[in-house]
Parts: sequence; structure tokens; C-alpha cells
Amino acid sequence: MTEKYYDVAVIGGGPAGLAAAVSACEHGAAKVLVIERDKVVGGILNQCIHNGFGLHYFKEELTGPEYAGRFAEMVRNTAAEVVTGTMVLGIDTPESGPVIRCVSREDGYREYRAGAVVLCMGCRERTRGAIAIPGDRPSGVMTAGTAQRYVNMEGYMIGRRIVILGSGDIGLIMARRMTLEGAKVLACVELCPYSNGLNRNIVQCLEDYGIPLYLSHTVTGVHGRGRLERVTVSRVDDKRRPVEGTAFDIECDTLLLSVGLIPENEITRDAGIEIDRRTNGPTVYENMMTTRPGVFACGNVVHVHDLVDFVTAESMRAGAAAAEYAAGKRVSGRVIKLVNGEGVNYTVPQMIRPDNAGKVTEVFFRTNIPRKKSVIRVMSGDTQIASFRREYMAPGEMEKIPLPRVLLDRAGDTVTVSVEPAGEAADRA
Amino acid sequence: MYDVLIIGCGVTGAAAAYSLARYDLKVGIVERFNDVACGATKANSAIMHAGYDPHPGTKMASLNRLGIKAAKKICKKLDVEYRPLQSLVLAFSEKDMEAVRELYARGKKNSADVRILDRKGVLAAEPAASPDCVGALHSRDSAIINPWEFALAMAEVAVINGADLLLEHKVTGIRRGRGKLTVVTDRGELETRFVVNAAGAFAEDISAMAGDTSVKSLPRAGQYYVLDKEEGKKVNSVIFRCPDENGFKGVLVAPTVHGNLLVGPDAEPRADADDLSTDRESLDRIMKSGLSSVPSVNFRNIIREYTGVRPTTSEKDFVIGVSRSCRRMINLAGICSPGLSSAPAIGDEAVRLLGKQGLVLKRRRGFIDERPPVVRLAELDDEEKRRVIEENPLYGNIICRCETVSEGEIVDALRRPIVPRSIDAIKRRCRAGMGRCQGGFCSPRVHEIISRELGVPMEDVMLDKQGSFIITGRTGAEEN
Repeated sequence: MTEKYYDVAVIGGGPAGLAAAVSACEHGAAKVLVIERDKVVGGILNQCIHNGFGLHYFKEELTGPEYAGRFAEMVRNTAAEVVTGTMVLGIDTPESGPVIRCVSREDGYREYRAGAVVLCMGCRERTRGAIAIPGDRPSGVMTAGTAQRYVNMEGYMIGRRIVILGSGDIGLIMARRMTLEGAKVLACVELCPYSNGLNRNIVQCLEDYGIPLYLSHTVTGVHGRGRLERVTVSRVDDKRRPVEGTAFDIECDTLLLSVGLIPENEITRDAGIEIDRRTNGPTVYENMMTTRPGVFACGNVVHVHDLVDFVTAESMRAGAAAAEYAAGKRVSGRVIKLVNGEGVNYTVPQMIRPDNAGKVTEVFFRTNIPRKKSVIRVMSGDTQIASFRREYMAPGEMEKIPLPRVLLDRAGDTVTVSVEPAGEAADRA
Repeated sequence: MYDVLIIGCGVTGAAAAYSLARYDLKVGIVERFNDVACGATKANSAIMHAGYDPHPGTKMASLNRLGIKAAKKICKKLDVEYRPLQSLVLAFSEKDMEAVRELYARGKKNSADVRILDRKGVLAAEPAASPDCVGALHSRDSAIINPWEFALAMAEVAVINGADLLLEHKVTGIRRGRGKLTVVTDRGELETRFVVNAAGAFAEDISAMAGDTSVKSLPRAGQYYVLDKEEGKKVNSVIFRCPDENGFKGVLVAPTVHGNLLVGPDAEPRADADDLSTDRESLDRIMKSGLSSVPSVNFRNIIREYTGVRPTTSEKDFVIGVSRSCRRMINLAGICSPGLSSAPAIGDEAVRLLGKQGLVLKRRRGFIDERPPVVRLAELDDEEKRRVIEENPLYGNIICRCETVSEGEIVDALRRPIVPRSIDAIKRRCRAGMGRCQGGFCSPRVHEIISRELGVPMEDVMLDKQGSFIITGRTGAEEN
């Protein structure tokens, strides 16, 4: 069998993969390959026809396809090769370097060898089955992203009277989208006492159209044998259990689910790469390398991002590191483990090697509940090495803190990131 | 005029059609849904029972033993997914051990492979079993199967041998005439010399249409969880618990032939057998029960829940025999567990009864006992993958990423003797949409392929049964 060799092979041609490829080329990788399963690159951005992308990275407001288009253009201007319609079945990581197994209609079954691999498979939506909504099993119940594909890509209407469960960003965006297409969006129902979407989306997608948002409510029944006819909605208590006597029905033909995203790490798991239970993504070092040498990961496959701009920035770092790895650079030295303290759901990266950390390492995390004036503390044992103040924090928005190299050098082998209300305690800082 | 008209194309009707296919007869099958295997056949535990459970001397006992032997051969011959797998009936108390000993005695009388294991033996045979167990009944005669493919394969052979499969035909009445029966459907009348009533939970209604009101359906619903393949890897056996005081086998934990994990069912009376709803209380109970058998199951990895309605009757045994009021009708009623295991033997039994009623059974010349081969890309090794994609590049175009199902497999399914017309019908044949994303990514693409291959508008492609439409029109169209 003829195996082609690439310095850097990127699995997935969405925003993460495209940025990683561009960056790998910029950092000296001569042969770069992007493997995309769809017919075109761009990933899920292609169906996100609303605007709001690129404010950080391009300093202007773009639609999803425009953002993807800019990166597709940047890739075209490099020497990177792109294969589409190609599904990666798995990666093997023997001593001699990673091997990628894939199939496509045009080229059949193939294997590629690579100096380094960057995993950019993105994420998938949590389904009705995964959250076990009881009731009948009619049609008309689908994830918001699937609906978005039908409406924005295929040009089909998926219903007329719509209830949305979950106030994640895709659900909010679809509330507006379906309204603009002439459907009646009857309610957005959210289990938590707060929305998990971006605040701007709550305003622009619900409030502007008078769509009621039911916080601390959930769908407790689905009715209809052919097509959906109605859903039952109930209030939930502080343990998120339905409260008896609060149920009411909404007649609708469609229930869209926006109840969470799950990084797609089947290839990662099969390759035996360590997965962080909190993120459902691979555990990564400061340069986005996973626990398997030569295998890097970035974008939503590592942790679900709020803005694509941050995916791009992260992927640029991963692409650069992959190019350096392929060129023979190896990192050694001590490893600092980041620990999730009070109020912190996860951190990315999970591990930092100070010798490779550059001047500043950016650490991303999400907090567990909405918070007003807060202090983020970075502690090494009992010693605080850094603190940051925030006027407002929410689980729907990613937090970013810079950790300078000089501080990391002073830290022990574990560093805890935590959040607490600002106040008298904060004055310790 | 048909020689035999089978009412219902679940596994029982399909098995009867398959048994009849080897005789020179004109056979019809009427099915009210838009596909075969849409009732209890698609929503059960997918187990071939070893045969220790039924009481000796019952039809269940004899047909179960005969059925699993025949099923094993049929699955091999017709390439149906089937995997022998040991089974355990866990005991958690001395009282449970009494039940195990009783099952052991029954198993011996039924000539099933059985033995009793102590706690150590159980944990050696199945390390995932709860360490709280005190022992178990163990059998090597059980298996797991793809139940809808089993029914489909038998129905396909029947169709290949000339049987008419009339989908979306709901039987509304039966008239008895001289030397024939007229079966009235919502799409016209059909004449036949004999009828086989394989209407599952609705066998009572069909029986009554011919004047026999002795069949009393008492359907029982059972709910299940399906879990991700991560969980399916955790067990290497079908794990039952001791029957409770009501005689139910209890919640089982078992892998599926596709590598997922099933946890369920409970057993609750359900007056309306078409009510396939799930409910929170039952699902919570099932989760608890499953965890007590296999504590390591991670219910964060559930991907689906479903309800199956067992076609139980007032009898404790299968109700198989000539209708009391109409000698031209054979009732195959009350085919609840172990109905799937018994199906091939029930089909043969139907043929025997029809013969006794005067149906002339002449061997069909040129009987074709095979069906078109099935390519399952995910199961091929790399070299075979290379070869099939070279022959047909559509096998290289992956549509369902979770289960690695290609466009080629979907197109194959659409060109088979029994044409799938819905997204779920494709799912039952190729697994597209059966994985962890539950069709989130692939269903719009499967939708498009069905529309393209069958030449039907997108709007007319259903998710599952009739009426389960997915799209309501084009965007941008004015509503009037």
C-alpha cells in the first residue's frame, strides 16, 4: 500500500481545522493535509447564516459562511492540501508516528502517515434520548442544529408552531430564524434558573420578538403518534425535579432541542488518548498536545467554545505546535497540573509545562453558575499566584485568564483555579 | 384468490410466511404499517432465550427449544446479525436461589443447557455482575439477535418466492364465504382460502372478526434504555435477575448485536397497544434495577429510550390453534416472550395446522432460500473495505458517522425486495441514525437519498410510521 506522508494532518475542516492548517503552514510545515468528511470545508459555520462571527479575530461582524470562507481562502493561499468527502475511521499511533485510516468515494480506503496530527472533529448535539424526555415518539422533535441544516442549507421548513427546549445559543438563534421564516415560536423552555446562551442572543433572538423564556422549567411530556401535537411543560425545583401541579401543555408541531453539545471524541477514545470527564474532550498541554505525543487537538473537540474567534486562536496555537513537533521539537521539563477549584467547571489546558509556556499562557474555563462581582484566584498550595476581578460571569460565556511565565515558575506542581464572590475576602488579593 | 393470507408482518407473520414459502402456494401478507417489524418485533429485548424459563409441557417450552435451533440456522443462512452469548439469572438472596433452583429444574426438563453458579462462579463468568449477588443460573444456549433484521430476512425470502406484501393495509373485517374468506381492508377486499392471524397485540380483534371471541389480549408495556457502545463493552452476557413475585423476568442488562447496551424492560398493563410512550417513573425504576445488577453502567451514556408492548393474552401460554369459529383461520396469538426465540417454530406450526385444515402442501419447485447479500462496511477489515469501495464508490461515502454507514449501504437497502420508505426503516436496515447522535447529522442526508432513489418528494418521506412527516414545505413559501 502506498501511504502518503504529511508533516501535519488535520482531521476536520471546520473553523478549528482550517485555522490549524493555516498556522501549521505559517510555522514551517511543508506538507499539510486537511481531511473533511463533508463535501465542503467550513463545518457547522456553513449553516450559521446569522452574523456575529469574527468580532474578535477580524474586528468586524461576519456571518458563519463568511467567516469560514475567509479561512478557506487563507488555506487556499497556502500549500496545504484539502480532501473532502473523506471520513476518518481511526488513527493509530505507533512509535514510527501517527497513521490515519480513512475512506472516501473518490479514493476508496486510504492511509496517511503524519509527523503530527491535529484533531478538529468538533462536537455534536445532545439528543432527546440522551436527556430521556418521556412520552410518545412522534416526528417533529429534533435538535436545533439539525433543524438549522434543514432550514438554512436545504431550504425546508420543519414546522409551524415551535417550542424550544434549552436556551443554548443554537436554540436561541433558531428561535429567531424560525420566526423570520413565518413560524410561530411559542416558548423557549430552560431547565436552569438562568440561560446558558450569550446574553446578546437572549436579547436579539427572544426579547426582540416577544418570545417568552420559561426559566426553571422543562419539557416533561411529548404527545403525538405521527407528528408532534403538544408538549407538557413543568416548573422544576432547585434540584431540577419537576414540581407537581405546575404542568401545562403547549400545542405545537415542533420541539427543537438545544440542550448541550458534546465533543466528538470517538476517534480520540479509540486511540487510547486520555479524556477529561469534565470537558468530554482530550486532556491537553499548554500547546494543545494531548497525552499522546504528536497528537494535538483544538476547537470544540477539546471543549465547547462560546465564540468561533476563540476556536481560531486556540487552533492557531495547536497548528503551530504540531508543525514544530513534526520538525522534531520535543518539550520536556516539569508539568504543572491545573485543578478545578470552587466554582470552576473545567480548565483548558489541563497541564502546563512552564519551559514551553512562552511569556503568557492563556487558561480558559467556565464557571458553574451566573455570578456578579467575583474574584478568580489562582493558587499554588496556600499561596496565591494571581487573581482577577470580574463584574459578571456566566456559564454560557468562556472565561480567559493570562498566566505569565514568571508566576508559573514560582508555582508548585498543582495550581488551583477557583472563583468566589468579591467582597471583604477579595481584599486579600 | 390467495391460498393463505397472513395478517401482520411482525416476526411471527414473517416466520409463517417464510415457512409457507417452501410450498407451492399463493401467499399474501397484509400489514397496517408502512414497513415490516413495526410492532413488538422492533421493541423487545432482542434475546434468543435458552429455554429454561417456560413451564415444561407448554407450547412455549417446546417451541422455544425448537425455535432457537432453527433461528440459529436461519440467521446463518440469511446473514442475520446473531451472536451466541451466555446468560445469567442473578440471585441476590436465599429466596432468589430457590427461584434459581426451580429454573434449573425447569431448564433440565426442557432440555436446556443450565447450571447453577455460586457467587464466585458468577463473578468469574461475568466480572461486571454486582458483587452483591449470591449466585446465578447460567446457560450457554442463549444468544442476542437483530430482531427486525430477523423478521425482515424471513419476509424478504417469502417475497422473493412470490408472496405479496401489502403494506399500509389495515384489516377492518372478515367475511366467511363458501370455501373462502374475504378479508376487508381500508384499501379494498382480498379473497383467500385461509387466514393466519399474526396480528400481535391486535390478534384479539382479528380473531373476533371471524367470530371467535375467546382470544383476550392483555398487552403489557415494557420500557428500555439504549446506551452508548462505551457501556456495551462492559458486559459479556445477558444478565437477568430472578423473576419477582409476579413472575416477570425482571430488568435485564445485555449488549446488543451492534454493541450497545440494553437495560429494561419493566412490565405494566397497557390497554392501548399502540401507546408506545415512556414515562419518568418507569424509566427511573428500570435504571435502579439495572444498576443493582451491573453497578458499573454509566447512565450518562444513554442514547435512547423506547417502549415495546408485548402481545400477552389472558392465557399463560402462546395461543396457537385453529379459530373456534372459523376453520379457515389459524390464530397465532399471545406471542410474547419467548416469542422471538420461538418464531421459526411457530411458523412451522402454522403450516402444520393449515395442512390439517386441508391446505394442500406441495413443495415449491425452485424454492429460493436466500436473500441478496448485505454489505456492512463497519464490520469489514481494511482490505475488504478497499475492495468493496473499488467495486462501488458509494461505499466510500460515509453518511452516518456514528455507525460508519455508507451511502452504498443505504442505496442497497432501497433496492432490496422489501423497500424501506422511512428514515427509521433505513435505520432498521443499515443502522444509519442508530448511534450516539441519533441521526442528528445523517437524517437530513438519509432523507435526501430516500427521496432521490425512490423518486418521492422530500415532504412525503416519513420519519417512521404514516403521519410522522418531517418537513412542512419549502422556506420562503407564503403560507395560505
